[in-house]
Amino acid sequence: MTVVAERKHAAGQRPGWADEMAAILDAYKQAGGDPQSLQLPEVATLVISANDVLMAHEIPGVRFDAEPLEQGVKARILVEAGAKIERPVHLCFGVIPAEGVQEILAEYEIGEGAEAQFLAHCSFPNAVKVQHRMQAHIHVGKNASLTYTEEHFHGQSGGVEVLPRAEVRVEDGGRFITTFSLTRGRIGRMELDYQVEVGAGAVAEMTTKAYGYADDRVTVNEVVRLNGEKARGLTRTRVAVRDRALSGIFTTMEGNAPGARGHMDCTEVVRDSAEARNTPLVIVRDDQAQVTHEAAIGSVNRKELETLLARGLDEEEAVDLIIRGMIR
Amino acid sequence: MSQPLLLVEDFSLNRNGRQILSRVNLAVHPGQVHILLGLNGSGKSSLAFALMGCEGYAPESGRILFAGHDLTGLSITERARLGITLAWQEPARFEGIPIGKYVSLGMKEADQDKVSAALEAVAMPPKYYGFRPADRTLSGGERKRVELAAVFAMHPRLAILDEPDSGIDVLGLNDIAVLVRRMASGGTAILLITHRDEMVGVADVASLMCAGTILFTGSPSEARRYYATRCTPHLEALGSQPWDSSLPEVRQALASNGAERLPRKEG
Repeated sequence: MTVVAERKHAAGQRPGWADEMAAILDAYKQAGGDPQSLQLPEVATLVISANDVLMAHEIPGVRFDAEPLEQGVKARILVEAGAKIERPVHLCFGVIPAEGVQEILAEYEIGEGAEAQFLAHCSFPNAVKVQHRMQAHIHVGKNASLTYTEEHFHGQSGGVEVLPRAEVRVEDGGRFITTFSLTRGRIGRMELDYQVEVGAGAVAEMTTKAYGYADDRVTVNEVVRLNGEKARGLTRTRVAVRDRALSGIFTTMEGNAPGARGHMDCTEVVRDSAEARNTPLVIVRDDQAQVTHEAAIGSVNRKELETLLARGLDEEEAVDLIIRGMIR
Repeated sequence: MSQPLLLVEDFSLNRNGRQILSRVNLAVHPGQVHILLGLNGSGKSSLAFALMGCEGYAPESGRILFAGHDLTGLSITERARLGITLAWQEPARFEGIPIGKYVSLGMKEADQDKVSAALEAVAMPPKYYGFRPADRTLSGGERKRVELAAVFAMHPRLAILDEPDSGIDVLGLNDIAVLVRRMASGGTAILLITHRDEMVGVADVASLMCAGTILFTGSPSEARRYYATRCTPHLEALGSQPWDSSLPEVRQALASNGAERLPRKEG
């Protein structure tokens, strides 16, 4: 069944809808979202709880097609060519029960010359054993711009596995700016895997922020291929781990065309018995391309720390402030 | 004269086998602006780090007294809580920490009006800068102004300002001078470290540092006069034995190079 989102708010369509909506909005708030914004008629909104599309509110220039799967939802999200969407499109994904699987198969099409920002919040506040799988195909058309910000909240049990996978193509002159944050509550296990192809004069900037503790596991695999002339790529990774948490950051940047410029920037702060790894891979196939990388793995920067201590903070306060700022 | 707030006695510092400071003596009095003038590499910043208690700057010998407390063995935090702070020459950058928040860190109680006043004191409009991060997006001069604002907002008993004038435009120098006097009139003693003798005018007292030791403490104008020689007589006299200035032949060389014109050290 295809749920076409011509309908506006789907309130009252079936028994229990209101309770489920209230629960997911509460979860949305815990993930950092503002439930009020989902009620605004001028804001395009898609709300999915487990495999149920609770709300699909379109606005001119933004279309949703969503159909439930056995364990999730298949969704197509279209920003029409030339559309300039003023207010961020809000997406809310969540699982309210303690156990469950949610698979989101998503296709994002940002039409030629279109501009849009997306704010996605994924919340699993009660999770004891929840798996969230995202398989996304993102196409940013010629001279189009997509800013995609995703924030997660996984509760405190550490029982969430989150596996976001995305294949992204940014056409000539396009811009793809994305930030993925998992900095509140436990992480559980997170394996992020993004593959991005960047066309001529196009830009891809990817920021990943995570704060792991207890026995959380963070893996980030990012591959950016700068295929077009003067393509630009940047990966920024900010991860803090403490207790027995583990993080592994694997970033690859390919400079495959004249004038392509890429940079990978990774900072991982390690405390207690945690462990952090960083493996940048630089591949350049054109003698006029350039890719650079920088990484700082380990304790917080001594100078930053001493600066804050000289204001009277104790070491614990200072380290916490530095980490919170870094992953903010 | 009042008792010194800061008293450095025969302080020597050796780092990685290299003598950085040799028998430094220095006194800073409450509410005084004391300028420490010296060439690049003369040991001024090392003295600042040692006073603040930074890692790797523990004394080889000598001691530092602050308001009667021996600072030996005290952490940076403990020194800061006694009322000492340092504005770094190259201030650290902080991702994700808004400037307003950063400026408020040393205040006993965060007060938005005082944060705004501190930013205005360094000519940074709070509405424009307050929520910007204190990170790499700031220019060197902007970051230094933020550092001064943070020190001003903290209202410490002793502010060590390490080259607040470097990387600042000419108009900025005047702003710094005004701010320094304002802090001093509010009761903060200032140890102003610089290699620019234009800043001498702001000081009550000057010390001249060369090759890790204090050559002279006295009036700012006299210090400036000698500094115009770029300490050449002293450096030539020291030759290859910079840490044996007590040797008779070194003393003789100092005298023959005109160093006899220098006033005697204070105390």
